[in-house]
Amino acid sequence: MKATFRIQRFDPTKDKKPYYREYQVELDPTDRVLDGLNQIKWYQDGSLTFRRSCAHGVCGSDAMRINGANGLACKVLMRDVGEKVTIEPLLGLPVIKDLVVDMEPFFAQYRSIMPYLVNDEVPPDGRERLQSIEERERFDDTTKCILCAACTTACPSFWANDQFVGPAAIVNAHRFIFDSRDRAAQERLDILNSKTGVWRCRTIYNCTVACPREIQITKAIGEVKQAILYGETTAG
Amino acid sequence: MSHVHTFDAIVVGGGGAGLMAALHLTRGGVKAAVLTKLYPSRSHTGAAQGGIGAALGNLEEDHPEWHAFDTVKGSDYLGDQDAIEIMCNDAPEVILELEHMGLPFSRTEDGRIAQRRFGGHSHHFGEGPVRRSCYAADRTGHMILQTLYQQCIKHNVTFFDEYQVVDVIMSEGRCAGVVAYEIETGELHLFRAKAVIFSTGGHGRIFAVTSNAHAFTGDGPAMLFRRGIPLEDMEFYQFHPTGIAKLGILITEGVRGEGGVLRNHHGERFMERYAPTMKDLASRDVVSRAIYMEIREGRGIDGNKWVHLDATHLGREVVETKLPDIADFCRTYLGIDPAVDPIPVAPTAHYAMGGIPTDVDGRVVIDDWKTIVPGLYAAGECACVSVHGANRLGTNSLLDLVVFGRRAGRHMAEFCKQTDLAPLPQDALDATRETFDRLFSGQGDESPAKIREELQWTMMDYVGVFREKAGLEHAVQKVRELKERYTRIRVQDRSRVFNTDVLEAWELGNLLDVAEVTAVCALNRTESRGAHSREDYPERNDKEWLKHTLAYRTEGGGIEIRYKPVIITKFEPKERVY
Repeated sequence: MKATFRIQRFDPTKDKKPYYREYQVELDPTDRVLDGLNQIKWYQDGSLTFRRSCAHGVCGSDAMRINGANGLACKVLMRDVGEKVTIEPLLGLPVIKDLVVDMEPFFAQYRSIMPYLVNDEVPPDGRERLQSIEERERFDDTTKCILCAACTTACPSFWANDQFVGPAAIVNAHRFIFDSRDRAAQERLDILNSKTGVWRCRTIYNCTVACPREIQITKAIGEVKQAILYGETTAG
Repeated sequence: MSHVHTFDAIVVGGGGAGLMAALHLTRGGVKAAVLTKLYPSRSHTGAAQGGIGAALGNLEEDHPEWHAFDTVKGSDYLGDQDAIEIMCNDAPEVILELEHMGLPFSRTEDGRIAQRRFGGHSHHFGEGPVRRSCYAADRTGHMILQTLYQQCIKHNVTFFDEYQVVDVIMSEGRCAGVVAYEIETGELHLFRAKAVIFSTGGHGRIFAVTSNAHAFTGDGPAMLFRRGIPLEDMEFYQFHPTGIAKLGILITEGVRGEGGVLRNHHGERFMERYAPTMKDLASRDVVSRAIYMEIREGRGIDGNKWVHLDATHLGREVVETKLPDIADFCRTYLGIDPAVDPIPVAPTAHYAMGGIPTDVDGRVVIDDWKTIVPGLYAAGECACVSVHGANRLGTNSLLDLVVFGRRAGRHMAEFCKQTDLAPLPQDALDATRETFDRLFSGQGDESPAKIREELQWTMMDYVGVFREKAGLEHAVQKVRELKERYTRIRVQDRSRVFNTDVLEAWELGNLLDVAEVTAVCALNRTESRGAHSREDYPERNDKEWLKHTLAYRTEGGGIEIRYKPVIITKFEPKERVY
């Protein structure tokens, strides 16, 4: 198929503001959008700038807006976007160049929710802590997060207020709050009960739609809200 | 325009080995920083799927000694047995350390870490498959990477994200630091340190079809090679048997560990002919060759260059709970449901057994076990300890990362406490400045992308699963021609801000260097062993070739080959049958 890529471009060393440029590429319908971007970069315009690494949806480098919807360029196929595709950087984070945005505010929010297991008690025999299959299942969905930022930058509440901790940070808090081995659920709930925490979520579901890992993000945020209100973290 | 930073220790690369080293450096009271060209959570450790091997014995009897035997046999007796014993003995402890850090392993009915079968892993020294692979569904690498990154945040490890290390600084025979290119600004930074560990990952991007990330361009090995450090056993490169046809995306061996089987065009479970005991769970080199043979003899699916990986009899429950990411890949990239349809697969370039030679503490060793470079360390896929020898077993790469990342980190912490900073040479930045000035200003007529594409197909066609003299000679000649053309490249982007055009061109230089060493070493080794399969020398030849290759860069830019002996402790080489 002959595809037309309309791509938002911006190089701070020479452009006053972003503009769009079009490229024609010959691709197969089963090619990834990333294959199209690579074809353009390698054989037409080396200055086109984007992040990418694994190319199969597990590293989280190439989240961007594809025909207006957040997704990973390596996980969206050409047959699903059609012959005309518009590519733009994620919304809500400062653009560094073309499709590359500044990820630091996103990672700062991630770090703010204590994204690590807190538990210094090790079993006396030195073996693994026991955890039932059901206890492990309780937080399985939120372990899938690859920190691509597709969810947070799809969230109107985040667009409205970039101090909002955002869906990705809440997902990662959920991963520990509901882990039977963790001992800091209350501290995380206190963080998320603040004015930049979960209550800024208006259950718009954009995050859930945007997640390339199909994490039920809105559901996870709802469970965190419930835990703040009712204090339940371990039961299903 | 440059910036100078001083740390006790520098970790180059933010994957499993680097983060494990960084954690142990920090815990050891040493001021350490991690420099990564990505964000740590983007590292390719995260793409590992099926599991990490350890003789925990949670589901059936198992012993580190059985694990060690399997690893030695898997290595086709080229692995160093002292290092293999350490890895397999440390394995249970390091798995428990990861669990204590919070790694969400899948669990058994009694709440312990779940384990499953994997290729080449056996009980009673080869009698049959054993459940040794500890896993977190089919995203074990993702969970290891996430857990280590989380712990680094907890322990306030310093990160320089999106800093591309481009040179190592040597001073009076010691390592004195590194030079890094800040991707966002294009500025150069000098990092002084008492010790530096390279944990930069693999170089699968020398091949056209690979499971490896675009980032896997052999940066660490290439940088050190250019500074006179040898590379060990580079002819041994693993092709994973089951990559998605044409795309190369990895389909974990865990599919076969859970009971999936390979079938040819006639629906025959052909591995029964090639490996009567282990069948589909024979080691990867054996299975990849079998698939190539089936395709070559016309038994690929509908005459195509792939076979089927059949998981349809496992049931939806197993596919969705134990292999959810595989199901997702199949739906996304093939439009099929693996619980219903067989998966088209073919071997994909996957893992470098060779790399920067180190001892069991991660110290770089530049000759036949005599000389170390003080302050210079390596661990993970870019290193060659050598625990994988001529062929790595599945689940042993993640194990290698954490065991030797940890050992190196601990050793570096002690080393840093007893050492001062090495003096900084006046010309520490000169070579890098020259390299990048040339890349930014090149006015030649060669396209880096075209050179890369020709390189990748040359390596795929002539230095792949099967090799022979004429093809290898052609490959060596072709890579040298490409290297000559590389001196005349022109990049289009001249901006200093986030210039990935220049960085890809720089990485291409690494790919060319690493590919040349690989092809030269493959031509040199006139036997077949593990992943190195010479059609003109089909037998293993212990009398002449039970030794490691060391490739050195000569003054004139050529390659000189020397050797070092294999360390054998318990397991005498014998014929390898699965």
